[in-house]
Amino acid sequence: MAYSSGRMLLSQSDGPVSRFRAWVFVVIPLLAILFQVYVPLFFPVLSFLEMPLLVVVYLSLTQRSQVGGLFTGALIGLAQDSLSKNPLGMFGICKTLVGYFAASVGVHFNVDNTVIRLFLSFLFYFFHQTLYWVMQRMLLAQQPPFDYQSWILFGALNAVVGVFLFHFLDKLRAAA
Amino acid sequence: MESFVNRYRNLTILLLVIFAQFLLLALQVKNDQDVRIIRVWTVTAVTPFARVVELLRGGSVGFFRNYILLRDEDAENRRLREQVGHLKLENIFLKNEVNTAERAKALGVFQARVPSKTLAATVIGAGAGSNAKVVYVDAGSTRGVERGMAVVTPDGIVGKVIAAYPTASEILLATDTDFAAGVVSQDGAVRGTLKGQGTPLLKVDYVPIQEKVQVGQWFYTSGDDRIFPRGFPVGVVRSVRDAQPFKEILLDPAGLQHGLEDVLIITQGVHQDIPPTPVTDQPVYIAPSPPDESKPASPAAAGAAPASPPITEADKLRLEYQASGDAQGHKFGSGAYSEPNFSGIGTTLPQKPAPAAAAPAAAPPPAVPAAASPKPATGATTRTTDVTRHSNQANGEPAGSTKR
Repeated sequence: MAYSSGRMLLSQSDGPVSRFRAWVFVVIPLLAILFQVYVPLFFPVLSFLEMPLLVVVYLSLTQRSQVGGLFTGALIGLAQDSLSKNPLGMFGICKTLVGYFAASVGVHFNVDNTVIRLFLSFLFYFFHQTLYWVMQRMLLAQQPPFDYQSWILFGALNAVVGVFLFHFLDKLRAAA
Repeated sequence: MESFVNRYRNLTILLLVIFAQFLLLALQVKNDQDVRIIRVWTVTAVTPFARVVELLRGGSVGFFRNYILLRDEDAENRRLREQVGHLKLENIFLKNEVNTAERAKALGVFQARVPSKTLAATVIGAGAGSNAKVVYVDAGSTRGVERGMAVVTPDGIVGKVIAAYPTASEILLATDTDFAAGVVSQDGAVRGTLKGQGTPLLKVDYVPIQEKVQVGQWFYTSGDDRIFPRGFPVGVVRSVRDAQPFKEILLDPAGLQHGLEDVLIITQGVHQDIPPTPVTDQPVYIAPSPPDESKPASPAAAGAAPASPPITEADKLRLEYQASGDAQGHKFGSGAYSEPNFSGIGTTLPQKPAPAAAAPAAAPPPAVPAAASPKPATGATTRTTDVTRHSNQANGEPAGSTKR
Protein backbone atom coordinates (compact mmCIF):
# COMPACT_ATOMS: atom_id res chain seq x y z
CA MET A 1 0.00 0.00 0.00
CA ALA A 2 1.18 3.46 -0.81
CA TYR A 3 -0.33 4.82 2.37
CA SER A 4 -0.69 3.61 5.87
CA SER A 5 -3.47 1.10 6.27
CA GLY A 6 -3.86 2.35 9.82
CA ARG A 7 -5.31 5.67 8.68
CA MET A 8 -9.05 5.70 8.43
CA LEU A 9 -9.76 9.07 6.81
CA LEU A 10 -8.46 10.19 3.46
CA SER A 11 -8.45 13.56 1.80
CA GLN A 12 -9.90 13.83 -1.69
CA SER A 13 -6.50 13.39 -3.32
CA ASP A 14 -5.23 10.87 -0.83
CA GLY A 15 -4.83 7.18 -1.54
CA PRO A 16 -4.60 5.30 -4.80
CA VAL A 17 -7.45 4.86 -7.24
CA SER A 18 -7.54 1.18 -8.08
CA ARG A 19 -7.33 0.18 -11.69
CA PHE A 20 -8.60 -3.09 -12.99
CA ARG A 21 -8.19 -4.69 -16.34
CA ALA A 22 -11.33 -4.53 -18.42
CA TRP A 23 -12.05 -8.25 -18.15
CA VAL A 24 -12.33 -7.96 -14.39
CA PHE A 25 -15.42 -5.77 -14.78
CA VAL A 26 -17.05 -8.45 -16.91
CA VAL A 27 -15.82 -11.70 -15.41
CA ILE A 28 -16.15 -10.92 -11.71
CA PRO A 29 -19.78 -9.71 -11.86
CA LEU A 30 -20.61 -12.62 -14.15
CA LEU A 31 -19.07 -15.07 -11.70
CA ALA A 32 -20.94 -13.43 -8.85
CA ILE A 33 -24.25 -13.79 -10.69
CA LEU A 34 -23.43 -17.37 -11.66
CA PHE A 35 -22.66 -18.07 -8.02
CA GLN A 36 -26.00 -16.60 -7.02
CA VAL A 37 -27.82 -18.64 -9.63
CA TYR A 38 -26.02 -21.92 -9.30
CA VAL A 39 -24.58 -22.51 -5.85
CA PRO A 40 -27.81 -22.25 -3.80
CA LEU A 41 -29.23 -24.94 -6.05
CA PHE A 42 -26.94 -27.52 -4.49
CA PHE A 43 -26.07 -25.77 -1.24
CA PRO A 44 -29.27 -24.04 -0.13
CA VAL A 45 -27.56 -23.08 3.10
CA LEU A 46 -25.45 -20.61 1.09
CA SER A 47 -28.45 -18.80 -0.34
CA PHE A 48 -27.96 -16.02 2.21
CA LEU A 49 -24.83 -14.90 0.35
CA GLU A 50 -25.38 -11.82 -1.81
CA MET A 51 -22.34 -12.13 -4.03
CA PRO A 52 -23.51 -9.55 -6.59
CA LEU A 53 -23.95 -7.04 -3.79
CA LEU A 54 -20.50 -7.72 -2.38
CA VAL A 55 -18.98 -7.30 -5.83
CA VAL A 56 -20.83 -4.01 -6.33
CA VAL A 57 -19.59 -2.79 -2.95
CA TYR A 58 -16.03 -3.82 -3.69
CA LEU A 59 -15.81 -2.38 -7.19
CA SER A 60 -17.44 0.85 -6.09
CA LEU A 61 -15.28 1.26 -3.01
CA THR A 62 -12.07 0.70 -4.90
CA GLN A 63 -12.95 2.71 -7.99
CA ARG A 64 -13.68 5.81 -5.91
CA SER A 65 -15.88 7.08 -8.74
CA GLN A 66 -19.49 7.75 -7.92
CA VAL A 67 -20.61 7.56 -11.55
CA GLY A 68 -18.66 4.35 -12.08
CA GLY A 69 -20.10 2.92 -8.87
CA LEU A 70 -23.69 3.69 -9.70
CA PHE A 71 -23.41 2.25 -13.20
CA THR A 72 -21.70 -0.87 -11.87
CA GLY A 73 -24.52 -1.29 -9.40
CA ALA A 74 -27.22 -0.63 -11.98
CA LEU A 75 -25.86 -3.15 -14.48
CA ILE A 76 -25.28 -5.91 -11.95
CA GLY A 77 -28.64 -5.22 -10.34
CA LEU A 78 -30.48 -5.34 -13.64
CA ALA A 79 -28.73 -8.58 -14.56
CA GLN A 80 -29.81 -10.01 -11.23
CA ASP A 81 -33.35 -8.76 -11.85
CA SER A 82 -33.37 -10.47 -15.21
CA LEU A 83 -32.71 -13.80 -13.54
CA SER A 84 -35.32 -13.37 -10.86
CA LYS A 85 -39.08 -13.37 -11.13
CA ASN A 86 -39.45 -9.77 -10.00
CA PRO A 87 -39.92 -6.81 -12.33
CA LEU A 88 -36.74 -5.32 -13.74
CA GLY A 89 -35.42 -2.49 -11.63
CA MET A 90 -35.90 -3.77 -8.09
CA PHE A 91 -32.37 -4.99 -7.57
CA GLY A 92 -31.22 -2.39 -10.11
CA ILE A 93 -32.33 0.58 -8.03
CA CYS A 94 -31.04 -0.91 -4.78
CA LYS A 95 -27.64 -1.70 -6.18
CA THR A 96 -27.41 1.62 -8.02
CA LEU A 97 -27.75 3.39 -4.70
CA VAL A 98 -25.39 0.98 -3.00
CA GLY A 99 -22.80 1.54 -5.74
CA TYR A 100 -23.15 5.32 -5.49
CA PHE A 101 -22.88 5.43 -1.71
CA ALA A 102 -20.06 2.91 -1.62
CA ALA A 103 -18.08 4.98 -4.09
CA SER A 104 -18.79 8.07 -2.00
CA VAL A 105 -17.48 6.29 1.07
CA GLY A 106 -14.45 5.13 -0.87
CA VAL A 107 -13.53 8.72 -1.59
CA HIS A 108 -13.36 9.61 2.09
CA PHE A 109 -12.22 6.45 3.86
CA ASN A 110 -9.33 4.11 3.67
CA VAL A 111 -11.29 1.15 2.41
CA ASP A 112 -8.33 -1.21 2.60
CA ASN A 113 -8.81 -1.38 6.31
CA THR A 114 -10.32 -4.74 7.25
CA VAL A 115 -12.51 -3.36 10.01
CA ILE A 116 -13.98 -0.73 7.71
CA ARG A 117 -14.61 -3.33 5.03
CA LEU A 118 -16.36 -5.53 7.54
CA PHE A 119 -18.51 -2.67 8.75
CA LEU A 120 -19.31 -1.37 5.28
CA SER A 121 -20.25 -4.80 3.95
CA PHE A 122 -22.64 -5.26 6.84
CA LEU A 123 -24.04 -1.75 6.51
CA PHE A 124 -24.63 -1.99 2.77
CA TYR A 125 -26.22 -5.43 3.09
CA PHE A 126 -28.65 -4.11 5.66
CA PHE A 127 -29.30 -1.00 3.57
CA HIS A 128 -29.87 -3.14 0.47
CA GLN A 129 -32.31 -5.47 2.21
CA THR A 130 -34.21 -2.63 3.85
CA LEU A 131 -34.51 -0.69 0.61
CA TYR A 132 -35.62 -3.80 -1.22
CA TRP A 133 -38.23 -4.46 1.44
CA VAL A 134 -39.52 -0.88 1.21
CA MET A 135 -39.71 -1.07 -2.58
CA GLN A 136 -41.57 -4.37 -2.43
CA ARG A 137 -44.18 -2.77 -0.21
CA MET A 138 -44.39 0.60 -1.91
CA LEU A 139 -43.97 -0.30 -5.57
CA LEU A 140 -45.18 -3.88 -5.87
CA ALA A 141 -47.82 -3.81 -3.13
CA GLN A 142 -46.41 -6.98 -1.63
CA GLN A 143 -46.33 -7.77 2.07
CA PRO A 144 -42.94 -9.30 2.80
CA PRO A 145 -42.05 -9.76 6.48
CA PHE A 146 -39.69 -7.23 8.07
CA ASP A 147 -37.23 -9.87 9.15
CA TYR A 148 -34.53 -7.61 10.54
CA GLN A 149 -33.09 -10.31 12.77
CA SER A 150 -32.27 -12.46 9.78
CA TRP A 151 -30.88 -9.45 7.98
CA ILE A 152 -28.56 -8.69 10.86
CA LEU A 153 -27.37 -12.27 11.01
CA PHE A 154 -26.97 -12.62 7.25
CA GLY A 155 -25.42 -9.18 7.06
CA ALA A 156 -22.77 -10.24 9.52
CA LEU A 157 -22.11 -13.45 7.60
CA ASN A 158 -21.95 -11.58 4.31
CA ALA A 159 -19.56 -9.11 5.88
CA VAL A 160 -17.22 -11.88 6.96
CA VAL A 161 -17.35 -13.47 3.53
CA GLY A 162 -16.91 -10.03 2.01
CA VAL A 163 -13.65 -9.44 3.85
CA PHE A 164 -12.17 -12.60 2.40
CA LEU A 165 -13.64 -11.91 -1.03
CA PHE A 166 -12.23 -8.37 -1.04
CA HIS A 167 -8.85 -9.70 -0.03
CA PHE A 168 -8.94 -12.07 -2.98
CA LEU A 169 -10.14 -9.38 -5.38
CA ASP A 170 -7.33 -7.08 -4.18
CA LYS A 171 -4.94 -9.36 -5.99
CA LEU A 172 -6.61 -8.51 -9.30
CA ARG A 173 -6.00 -4.80 -9.06
CA ALA A 174 -2.95 -2.76 -9.66
CA ALA A 175 -2.52 0.67 -8.07
CA ALA A 176 -2.24 3.45 -10.61
CA MET B 1 -28.44 26.00 -14.67
CA GLU B 2 -25.45 24.55 -16.49
CA SER B 3 -23.16 25.31 -13.61
CA PHE B 4 -25.64 23.72 -11.24
CA VAL B 5 -25.66 20.53 -13.27
CA ASN B 6 -21.89 20.56 -13.52
CA ARG B 7 -21.55 21.07 -9.81
CA TYR B 8 -23.89 18.21 -9.01
CA ARG B 9 -22.99 16.08 -11.99
CA ASN B 10 -22.72 12.79 -10.10
CA LEU B 11 -25.94 13.36 -8.20
CA THR B 12 -27.71 14.29 -11.42
CA ILE B 13 -26.58 11.11 -13.12
CA LEU B 14 -27.66 9.10 -10.09
CA LEU B 15 -31.10 10.64 -10.16
CA LEU B 16 -31.40 10.03 -13.89
CA VAL B 17 -30.44 6.38 -13.59
CA ILE B 18 -32.80 5.85 -10.66
CA PHE B 19 -35.57 7.66 -12.50
CA ALA B 20 -35.04 5.53 -15.59
CA GLN B 21 -35.34 2.37 -13.54
CA PHE B 22 -38.45 3.68 -11.81
CA LEU B 23 -39.95 4.27 -15.23
CA LEU B 24 -39.00 0.74 -16.24
CA LEU B 25 -40.63 -0.60 -13.10
CA ALA B 26 -43.75 1.49 -13.53
CA LEU B 27 -44.09 0.34 -17.12
CA GLN B 28 -43.99 -3.30 -16.08
CA VAL B 29 -46.30 -2.93 -13.11
CA LYS B 30 -48.85 -0.82 -14.96
CA ASN B 31 -49.02 -2.94 -18.09
CA ASP B 32 -48.37 -6.19 -16.24
CA GLN B 33 -45.88 -6.99 -18.95
CA ASP B 34 -42.26 -7.86 -18.82
CA VAL B 35 -39.44 -6.08 -20.62
CA ARG B 36 -38.57 -9.34 -22.25
CA ILE B 37 -35.60 -8.30 -24.30
CA ILE B 38 -33.40 -7.50 -21.29
CA ARG B 39 -34.21 -10.83 -19.70
CA VAL B 40 -33.54 -12.66 -22.97
CA TRP B 41 -30.13 -11.02 -23.23
CA THR B 42 -29.21 -11.87 -19.69
CA VAL B 43 -30.48 -15.43 -19.76
CA THR B 44 -28.83 -16.06 -23.11
CA ALA B 45 -25.58 -14.67 -21.78
CA VAL B 46 -25.64 -16.60 -18.52
CA THR B 47 -27.06 -19.94 -19.71
CA PRO B 48 -23.94 -21.15 -21.58
CA PHE B 49 -21.80 -20.55 -18.51
CA ALA B 50 -24.36 -22.29 -16.31
CA ARG B 51 -24.32 -25.25 -18.71
CA VAL B 52 -20.54 -25.43 -18.55
CA VAL B 53 -20.59 -25.26 -14.76
CA GLU B 54 -23.26 -27.98 -14.63
CA LEU B 55 -21.23 -30.08 -17.05
CA LEU B 56 -18.14 -29.72 -14.90
CA ARG B 57 -20.08 -30.50 -11.75
CA GLY B 58 -21.74 -33.55 -13.26
CA GLY B 59 -18.41 -34.77 -14.60
CA SER B 60 -16.69 -34.29 -11.28
CA VAL B 61 -19.45 -36.02 -9.35
CA GLY B 62 -19.46 -38.87 -11.85
CA PHE B 63 -15.71 -39.22 -11.62
CA PHE B 64 -15.70 -39.40 -7.86
CA ARG B 65 -18.65 -41.78 -7.75
CA ASN B 66 -17.06 -44.04 -10.31
CA TYR B 67 -13.77 -43.85 -8.55
CA ILE B 68 -15.33 -44.84 -5.26
CA LEU B 69 -17.36 -47.56 -6.95
CA LEU B 70 -14.28 -48.86 -8.69
CA ARG B 71 -12.47 -48.97 -5.40
CA ASP B 72 -15.35 -50.95 -3.90
CA GLU B 73 -15.37 -53.19 -6.89
CA ASP B 74 -11.70 -53.79 -6.59
CA ALA B 75 -12.08 -54.82 -2.96
CA GLU B 76 -14.95 -57.06 -3.88
CA ASN B 77 -12.89 -58.54 -6.64
CA ARG B 78 -10.22 -59.59 -4.24
CA ARG B 79 -12.79 -61.20 -1.97
CA LEU B 80 -14.44 -62.94 -4.84
CA ARG B 81 -11.12 -64.23 -6.16
CA GLU B 82 -10.62 -65.95 -2.90
CA GLN B 83 -14.17 -67.29 -2.85
CA VAL B 84 -15.52 -67.93 -6.30
CA GLY B 85 -12.66 -66.97 -8.58
CA HIS B 86 -13.46 -65.55 -11.92
CA LEU B 87 -17.26 -65.69 -11.92
CA LYS B 88 -17.35 -62.05 -10.89
CA LEU B 89 -17.49 -60.58 -14.37
CA GLU B 90 -20.44 -62.69 -15.25
CA ASN B 91 -22.23 -61.64 -12.10
CA ILE B 92 -21.74 -57.99 -12.99
CA PHE B 93 -22.96 -58.65 -16.48
CA LEU B 94 -26.11 -60.30 -15.24
CA LYS B 95 -26.80 -57.60 -12.71
CA ASN B 96 -26.44 -54.88 -15.31
CA GLU B 97 -28.66 -56.76 -17.68
CA VAL B 98 -31.44 -57.19 -15.16
CA ASN B 99 -31.21 -53.63 -13.87
CA THR B 100 -31.41 -52.19 -17.34
CA ALA B 101 -34.42 -54.29 -18.16
CA GLU B 102 -36.14 -53.28 -14.94
CA ARG B 103 -35.60 -49.62 -15.65
CA ALA B 104 -37.05 -50.00 -19.12
CA LYS B 105 -40.05 -51.74 -17.61
CA ALA B 106 -40.55 -49.12 -14.93
CA LEU B 107 -40.40 -46.31 -17.47
CA GLY B 108 -43.04 -48.12 -19.44
CA VAL B 109 -45.19 -48.26 -16.33
CA PHE B 110 -44.76 -44.57 -15.68
CA GLN B 111 -45.40 -43.57 -19.27
CA ALA B 112 -48.43 -45.78 -19.43
CA ARG B 113 -49.73 -44.11 -16.30
CA VAL B 114 -49.15 -40.59 -17.62
CA PRO B 115 -50.87 -40.05 -20.94
CA SER B 116 -49.64 -36.45 -21.24
CA LYS B 117 -46.79 -35.60 -23.58
CA THR B 118 -43.74 -34.58 -21.62
CA LEU B 119 -40.35 -33.11 -22.30
CA ALA B 120 -37.49 -33.89 -19.95
CA ALA B 121 -35.26 -31.07 -18.78
CA THR B 122 -32.40 -30.61 -16.37
CA VAL B 123 -32.31 -27.90 -13.74
CA ILE B 124 -29.31 -25.67 -14.41
CA GLY B 125 -29.76 -22.81 -12.00
CA ALA B 126 -31.83 -21.14 -9.33
CA GLY B 127 -33.31 -17.65 -9.33
CA ALA B 128 -30.91 -14.85 -8.52
CA GLY B 129 -32.95 -13.42 -5.67
CA SER B 130 -31.89 -14.54 -2.22
CA ASN B 131 -35.40 -15.79 -1.42
CA ALA B 132 -36.26 -16.86 -4.96
CA LYS B 133 -38.41 -19.91 -5.50
CA VAL B 134 -37.64 -20.19 -9.18
CA VAL B 135 -35.27 -22.43 -11.10
CA TYR B 136 -33.99 -22.51 -14.63
CA VAL B 137 -34.05 -25.61 -16.82
CA ASP B 138 -32.11 -26.28 -19.97
CA ALA B 139 -35.13 -26.64 -22.26
CA GLY B 140 -36.39 -23.47 -23.88
CA SER B 141 -38.74 -22.24 -26.55
CA THR B 142 -36.63 -23.83 -29.27
CA ARG B 143 -37.63 -27.22 -27.85
CA GLY B 144 -41.28 -26.30 -27.70
CA VAL B 145 -41.56 -25.01 -24.16
CA GLU B 146 -44.13 -22.27 -23.68
CA ARG B 147 -45.08 -20.02 -20.82
CA GLY B 148 -47.74 -21.57 -18.61
CA MET B 149 -46.76 -25.20 -19.13
CA ALA B 150 -46.87 -27.45 -16.10
CA VAL B 151 -43.70 -28.97 -14.69
CA VAL B 152 -43.79 -32.30 -12.87
CA THR B 153 -41.67 -35.19 -11.73
CA PRO B 154 -42.91 -38.75 -11.39
CA ASP B 155 -43.33 -37.96 -7.70
CA GLY B 156 -45.63 -34.99 -8.17
CA ILE B 157 -46.02 -31.46 -9.43
CA VAL B 158 -43.05 -29.11 -9.32
CA GLY B 159 -44.26 -25.77 -10.67
CA LYS B 160 -45.03 -24.03 -13.90
CA VAL B 161 -43.10 -22.29 -16.64
CA ILE B 162 -43.27 -18.52 -16.18
CA ALA B 163 -40.87 -17.61 -18.97
CA ALA B 164 -39.55 -19.53 -21.94
CA TYR B 165 -36.33 -18.25 -23.45
CA PRO B 166 -34.65 -19.77 -26.50
CA THR B 167 -32.15 -21.82 -24.52
CA ALA B 168 -33.73 -22.06 -21.09
CA SER B 169 -36.98 -21.71 -19.21
CA GLU B 170 -37.82 -20.20 -15.87
CA ILE B 171 -39.89 -22.37 -13.57
CA LEU B 172 -41.91 -20.95 -10.70
CA LEU B 173 -41.80 -23.58 -7.97
CA ALA B 174 -44.93 -24.64 -6.14
CA THR B 175 -43.46 -23.26 -2.93
CA ASP B 176 -43.38 -19.70 -4.25
CA THR B 177 -45.93 -17.30 -2.83
CA ASP B 178 -47.14 -16.45 -6.33
CA PHE B 179 -47.94 -20.06 -7.16
CA ALA B 180 -51.51 -21.36 -7.20
CA ALA B 181 -53.21 -24.45 -8.61
CA GLY B 182 -56.51 -26.22 -8.30
CA VAL B 183 -56.38 -29.39 -6.20
CA VAL B 184 -58.75 -32.09 -5.12
CA SER B 185 -58.48 -34.70 -2.41
CA GLN B 186 -57.95 -38.30 -3.36
CA ASP B 187 -61.55 -39.26 -2.72
CA GLY B 188 -62.68 -36.26 -4.74
CA ALA B 189 -64.69 -34.85 -1.87
CA VAL B 190 -62.60 -31.80 -1.07
CA ARG B 191 -61.62 -29.15 -3.54
CA GLY B 192 -59.34 -26.23 -2.87
CA THR B 193 -56.68 -23.92 -4.19
CA LEU B 194 -53.07 -24.85 -3.65
CA LYS B 195 -50.85 -21.93 -2.71
CA GLY B 196 -47.14 -21.62 -2.10
CA GLN B 197 -46.07 -19.92 1.08
CA GLY B 198 -42.37 -19.33 0.57
CA THR B 199 -41.73 -22.21 2.96
CA PRO B 200 -41.23 -25.91 2.25
CA LEU B 201 -44.91 -26.62 2.94
CA LEU B 202 -47.83 -25.85 0.64
CA LYS B 203 -51.22 -24.57 1.70
CA VAL B 204 -54.63 -25.66 0.45
CA ASP B 205 -56.91 -22.68 0.72
CA TYR B 206 -60.64 -22.06 0.39
CA VAL B 207 -61.68 -25.38 1.94
CA PRO B 208 -64.78 -24.87 4.10
CA ILE B 209 -64.35 -25.86 7.73
CA GLN B 210 -67.14 -28.42 7.56
CA GLU B 211 -65.17 -30.50 5.04
CA LYS B 212 -63.36 -33.51 6.45
CA VAL B 213 -59.66 -33.66 5.75
CA GLN B 214 -57.30 -35.99 7.51
CA VAL B 215 -53.57 -35.97 8.02
CA GLY B 216 -51.95 -38.34 5.56
CA GLN B 217 -54.59 -37.78 2.91
CA TRP B 218 -53.33 -37.20 -0.62
CA PHE B 219 -54.22 -34.26 -2.82
CA TYR B 220 -54.09 -34.30 -6.60
CA THR B 221 -54.37 -31.69 -9.30
CA SER B 222 -57.99 -31.06 -10.23
CA GLY B 223 -57.35 -29.72 -13.72
CA ASP B 224 -59.48 -26.65 -13.02
CA ASP B 225 -56.57 -24.26 -13.40
CA ARG B 226 -55.99 -25.23 -17.04
CA ILE B 227 -52.30 -25.61 -16.27
CA PHE B 228 -51.94 -28.96 -14.58
CA PRO B 229 -53.86 -31.87 -16.05
CA ARG B 230 -56.10 -33.63 -13.57
CA GLY B 231 -54.68 -36.50 -11.59
CA PHE B 232 -51.09 -35.52 -10.82
CA PRO B 233 -50.07 -36.03 -7.20
CA VAL B 234 -49.53 -32.79 -5.32
CA GLY B 235 -48.72 -33.77 -1.77
CA VAL B 236 -49.81 -35.40 1.41
CA VAL B 237 -51.55 -33.56 4.22
CA ARG B 238 -49.14 -32.72 7.01
CA SER B 239 -51.51 -30.78 9.26
CA VAL B 240 -55.11 -29.65 9.33
CA ARG B 241 -56.47 -26.87 11.50
CA ASP B 242 -59.84 -25.19 11.65
CA ALA B 243 -59.50 -21.49 11.01
CA GLN B 244 -61.78 -18.71 9.90
CA PRO B 245 -63.28 -18.69 7.39
CA PHE B 246 -61.55 -21.74 5.88
CA LYS B 247 -59.58 -24.73 7.00
CA GLU B 248 -55.83 -24.34 7.22
CA ILE B 249 -54.37 -27.36 5.42
CA LEU B 250 -50.65 -27.78 4.96
CA LEU B 251 -49.18 -30.27 2.49
CA ASP B 252 -45.82 -31.85 2.05
CA PRO B 253 -45.10 -31.29 -1.66
CA ALA B 254 -44.52 -34.67 -3.25
CA GLY B 255 -42.63 -33.40 -6.28
CA LEU B 256 -40.04 -31.46 -4.33
CA GLN B 257 -39.21 -34.01 -1.67
CA HIS B 258 -36.19 -35.57 -3.31
CA GLY B 259 -34.53 -32.44 -4.62
CA LEU B 260 -34.74 -31.16 -8.15
CA GLU B 261 -32.40 -32.36 -10.83
CA ASP B 262 -34.50 -33.60 -13.72
CA VAL B 263 -38.07 -32.53 -14.39
CA LEU B 264 -40.71 -33.18 -17.00
CA ILE B 265 -42.43 -30.29 -18.75
CA ILE B 266 -45.91 -31.20 -19.87
CA THR B 267 -46.13 -30.01 -23.44
CA GLN B 268 -49.54 -31.51 -24.06
CA GLY B 269 -51.60 -32.25 -21.00
CA VAL B 270 -54.12 -35.05 -20.83
CA HIS B 271 -56.46 -35.31 -17.87
CA GLN B 272 -56.38 -38.62 -16.08
CA ASP B 273 -58.20 -40.31 -13.29
CA ILE B 274 -57.06 -39.90 -9.76
CA PRO B 275 -55.56 -43.22 -8.69
CA PRO B 276 -57.38 -45.04 -5.90
CA THR B 277 -54.16 -45.56 -3.96
CA PRO B 278 -51.33 -43.12 -3.26
CA VAL B 279 -48.61 -43.12 -5.89
CA THR B 280 -46.03 -44.54 -3.57
CA ASP B 281 -48.16 -47.61 -2.83
CA GLN B 282 -48.86 -48.54 -6.41
CA PRO B 283 -47.34 -51.81 -7.57
CA VAL B 284 -44.61 -51.68 -10.17
CA TYR B 285 -44.20 -54.46 -12.62
CA ILE B 286 -40.89 -56.23 -12.23
CA ALA B 287 -39.67 -58.47 -15.01
CA PRO B 288 -39.06 -62.11 -14.17
CA SER B 289 -35.60 -63.39 -13.39
CA PRO B 290 -33.43 -64.18 -16.39
CA PRO B 291 -33.44 -67.83 -17.44
CA ASP B 292 -30.70 -70.23 -16.53
CA GLU B 293 -27.49 -69.09 -18.21
CA SER B 294 -26.31 -72.66 -18.73
CA LYS B 295 -29.06 -73.31 -21.26
CA PRO B 296 -28.56 -71.92 -24.76
CA ALA B 297 -30.91 -68.99 -25.15
CA SER B 298 -29.67 -67.25 -28.24
CA PRO B 299 -30.33 -68.73 -31.64
CA ALA B 300 -26.99 -67.40 -32.81
CA ALA B 301 -25.21 -69.01 -29.92
CA ALA B 302 -27.02 -72.28 -29.90
CA GLY B 303 -27.37 -72.64 -33.59
CA ALA B 304 -30.96 -73.67 -33.19
CA ALA B 305 -34.32 -72.08 -32.55
CA PRO B 306 -34.95 -71.34 -28.88
CA ALA B 307 -37.46 -73.38 -26.98
CA SER B 308 -39.72 -70.36 -26.45
CA PRO B 309 -39.62 -66.92 -28.07
CA PRO B 310 -38.46 -63.90 -26.01
CA ILE B 311 -41.41 -62.44 -24.24
CA THR B 312 -40.09 -59.59 -22.15
CA GLU B 313 -37.76 -56.68 -22.66
CA ALA B 314 -35.41 -58.33 -20.20
CA ASP B 315 -35.21 -61.37 -22.44
CA LYS B 316 -34.66 -59.27 -25.51
CA LEU B 317 -31.95 -57.27 -23.83
CA ARG B 318 -30.28 -60.37 -22.49
CA LEU B 319 -30.24 -61.85 -25.97
CA GLU B 320 -28.66 -58.69 -27.30
CA TYR B 321 -25.92 -58.92 -24.70
CA GLN B 322 -25.48 -62.58 -25.42
CA ALA B 323 -25.23 -62.04 -29.15
CA SER B 324 -22.83 -59.15 -28.73
CA GLY B 325 -20.60 -61.20 -26.45
CA ASP B 326 -20.69 -64.16 -28.82
CA ALA B 327 -19.86 -61.97 -31.77
CA GLN B 328 -16.77 -60.82 -29.92
CA GLY B 329 -15.80 -64.36 -29.03
CA HIS B 330 -16.56 -63.93 -25.35
CA LYS B 331 -17.72 -67.00 -23.49
CA PHE B 332 -19.89 -66.15 -20.53
CA GLY B 333 -19.21 -68.18 -17.45
CA SER B 334 -15.80 -69.27 -18.59
CA GLY B 335 -14.14 -67.02 -16.06
CA ALA B 336 -11.98 -65.32 -18.66
CA TYR B 337 -11.16 -61.74 -17.72
CA SER B 338 -11.68 -60.31 -21.17
CA GLU B 339 -14.53 -57.85 -20.88
CA PRO B 340 -16.59 -57.57 -24.08
CA ASN B 341 -17.60 -54.17 -25.45
CA PHE B 342 -21.33 -53.60 -24.87
CA SER B 343 -21.43 -49.97 -25.98
CA GLY B 344 -23.81 -50.62 -28.85
CA ILE B 345 -26.36 -52.40 -26.70
CA GLY B 346 -29.69 -50.75 -26.08
CA THR B 347 -29.84 -48.66 -29.24
CA THR B 348 -32.36 -50.96 -30.81
CA LEU B 349 -34.73 -51.04 -27.88
CA PRO B 350 -38.24 -49.86 -28.63
CA GLN B 351 -39.12 -46.51 -27.05
CA LYS B 352 -42.16 -47.75 -25.28
CA PRO B 353 -42.07 -51.29 -24.03
CA ALA B 354 -45.37 -53.06 -24.42
CA PRO B 355 -45.29 -56.20 -22.35
CA ALA B 356 -48.81 -57.22 -23.10
CA ALA B 357 -48.45 -56.84 -26.86
CA ALA B 358 -45.49 -59.20 -26.94
CA ALA B 359 -47.29 -61.98 -25.15
CA PRO B 360 -46.84 -65.23 -27.07
CA ALA B 361 -49.04 -68.26 -27.21
CA ALA B 362 -47.16 -69.71 -24.29
CA ALA B 363 -48.27 -68.42 -20.90
CA PRO B 364 -46.15 -65.43 -19.84
CA PRO B 365 -44.50 -65.35 -16.45
CA PRO B 366 -46.63 -63.61 -13.83
CA ALA B 367 -46.15 -59.94 -13.02
CA VAL B 368 -44.79 -59.40 -9.56
CA PRO B 369 -45.91 -56.25 -7.75
CA ALA B 370 -42.84 -54.60 -6.23
CA ALA B 371 -44.73 -53.63 -3.11
CA ALA B 372 -45.81 -57.20 -2.59
CA SER B 373 -42.57 -58.98 -3.34
CA PRO B 374 -40.46 -59.42 -0.21
CA LYS B 375 -37.01 -59.06 -1.76
CA PRO B 376 -37.16 -59.64 -5.47
CA ALA B 377 -34.76 -62.05 -6.99
CA THR B 378 -33.82 -59.32 -9.40
CA GLY B 379 -32.62 -57.34 -6.45
CA ALA B 380 -34.32 -54.08 -7.29
CA THR B 381 -37.04 -51.90 -5.91
CA THR B 382 -37.84 -49.51 -8.70
CA ARG B 383 -38.27 -45.77 -8.25
CA THR B 384 -39.63 -44.09 -11.29
CA THR B 385 -37.68 -40.90 -10.57
CA ASP B 386 -34.39 -42.62 -11.16
CA VAL B 387 -35.74 -44.52 -14.04
CA THR B 388 -36.42 -41.85 -16.61
CA ARG B 389 -32.87 -40.86 -17.42
CA HIS B 390 -31.41 -44.35 -17.39
CA SER B 391 -34.13 -45.74 -19.56
CA ASN B 392 -33.68 -42.99 -22.07
CA GLN B 393 -30.01 -43.81 -22.22
CA ALA B 394 -30.80 -47.47 -22.60
CA ASN B 395 -33.07 -46.55 -25.46
CA GLY B 396 -30.27 -44.75 -27.17
CA GLU B 397 -31.71 -41.32 -26.47
CA PRO B 398 -29.62 -38.54 -24.95
CA ALA B 399 -29.95 -38.05 -21.24
CA GLY B 400 -32.75 -35.67 -20.46
CA SER B 401 -35.11 -36.45 -23.29
CA THR B 402 -38.35 -38.26 -22.87
CA LYS B 403 -40.80 -38.89 -25.62
CA ARG B 404 -43.87 -40.90 -26.00
